[in-house]
Amino acid sequence: MSMIEFHDVQKYYGDFHALKNINLTVEAGETVVLIGPSGSGKSTLIRTINGLEPIQKGQLIVNGYDLADKKTDPNKIRKNVGMVFQHFNLYANKTVLENIMLAPKIVLKRPDDENREFAMKLLDKVGLANKADSYPRQLSGGQQQRIAIARSLAMKPKCLLFDEPTSALDPEMIDDVLNVMKDIARDSDMTMLVVTHEMGFAREVGDRVIFMADGEILEDDSKETFFDGQPSNERARQFLSKIIVHK
Amino acid sequence: MIHIFATQWPLLLEGLGRTLLCSIIALFFSLIIGSLFAIFEIMPNKIMRVIGNIYVEVFRNIPLLVITMFFFVVIPLYVTKINGFTAGTIGLTIYTSAFIAETVRSGIQSVDPGQMEGAMSNGLTFWQSMRYVVLPQAFKIVIPPLGNQFINLVKNSSVLAFVAGFDLMYQGNMIANNTLQTMPTFFVVGILYLVITMPLSYYMRYLEKKLA
Ligand SMILES: Nc1ncnc2c1ncn2[C@@H]1O[C@H](COP(=O)(O)OP(=O)(O)OP(=O)(O)O)[C@@H](O)[C@H]1O
Ligand SMILES: [Mg+2]
Repeated sequence: MSMIEFHDVQKYYGDFHALKNINLTVEAGETVVLIGPSGSGKSTLIRTINGLEPIQKGQLIVNGYDLADKKTDPNKIRKNVGMVFQHFNLYANKTVLENIMLAPKIVLKRPDDENREFAMKLLDKVGLANKADSYPRQLSGGQQQRIAIARSLAMKPKCLLFDEPTSALDPEMIDDVLNVMKDIARDSDMTMLVVTHEMGFAREVGDRVIFMADGEILEDDSKETFFDGQPSNERARQFLSKIIVHK
Repeated sequence: MIHIFATQWPLLLEGLGRTLLCSIIALFFSLIIGSLFAIFEIMPNKIMRVIGNIYVEVFRNIPLLVITMFFFVVIPLYVTKINGFTAGTIGLTIYTSAFIAETVRSGIQSVDPGQMEGAMSNGLTFWQSMRYVVLPQAFKIVIPPLGNQFINLVKNSSVLAFVAGFDLMYQGNMIANNTLQTMPTFFVVGILYLVITMPLSYYMRYLEKKLA
């Protein structure tokens, strides 16, 4: 079964047409990288997938639920689809451990000792077990982002959405975060949709690369076609050469 | 002055007790009702926002005495018997809750919207996100203005005097009328109000420091 299916999706902010006729299917277990210039609608697209932004037209089926249907409670989808933000959005009033344990406790009613044990395991996995009792403000950006990933994983989601997870980070912290993400892509059957311009990540663990501009998907290629062949779209080619030269 | 207290202390203490009781009840309920309407005002659902807005604008812009009189006069006429103390406490609760709603709403809106998005994306519902993530942060921000509201509430409880609520102000009036010692009586009454408001004021400051 496909994890995510966009069928002729249109999204407007008032009069502004932010997503134009989006058609896109992401299979379960795939890792898809989404790129495109600023303002092209990457965040908007990824945020429609867990219902943070409503769509106005078309069909958007995520994990079997149709988000275009007013009767669908987006909360049902969010239990299985986690999201990692550019600015982490960790709970400022809670410690690292509490951040990870909150949703499993409230939403899944996971028993306390099991919850704690799993949270510590995840902290260990992202290399931050010693920060369990710290508050987010006491951590570096890279550490906070790894905690945010652990917090998403604690819900045992089927799919993870990443919106520029490394673009607010100092360069020396980017790899720590990317390594955690690569581990997830390699070691689990997680479906991942990642907005990033880290082409190293796309090359290593990506299955597909999607290029967006002006609210449209202009290119949807396998990784091989995208990097080794040439994207057929001229703007995608130019964009790719720009981000690769920059690195 | 000491004479007034020495001879009239049973009435004064009863008044103090009533004022304190009314204040505590009104504080508790206005905090809950105010927070609820504050949340209504920022909910995604437009109808809820309109309801929240109307409530706040109506009760914030009518004098407390009018609201209280309404409960004291109108409710017994059509609904049920109600004494001055109850009418006054309800009036005070509703009036104060409108101000608390405004205070809490501005507090909620000053919390980074990313907190709500993070919580909802994590699987929590809107209300759960409010309860566990947003409100605790909002309250920290609004402690100083809430402290002001609480102190105003205690002072405004003197509205009970108009509806025979037997509060401090009411007893003060009675004593002043009976003894004709107006000045010393209201001096004592003023001090007794301070007995409630000063510790409250210091406690709010302490909370502010502790949570900062
Ligand atoms: N809440 C909003 N209200 C109105 N317009 C919006 C809103 N959010 C985004 N937009 C507009 O929609 C377009 C797409 O924005 P979006 O944030 O999805 O782009 P993006 O590709 O993520 O850009 P960036 O790389 O800068 O993050 C932009 O023109 C933006 O101004
Ligand atoms: Mg964006």
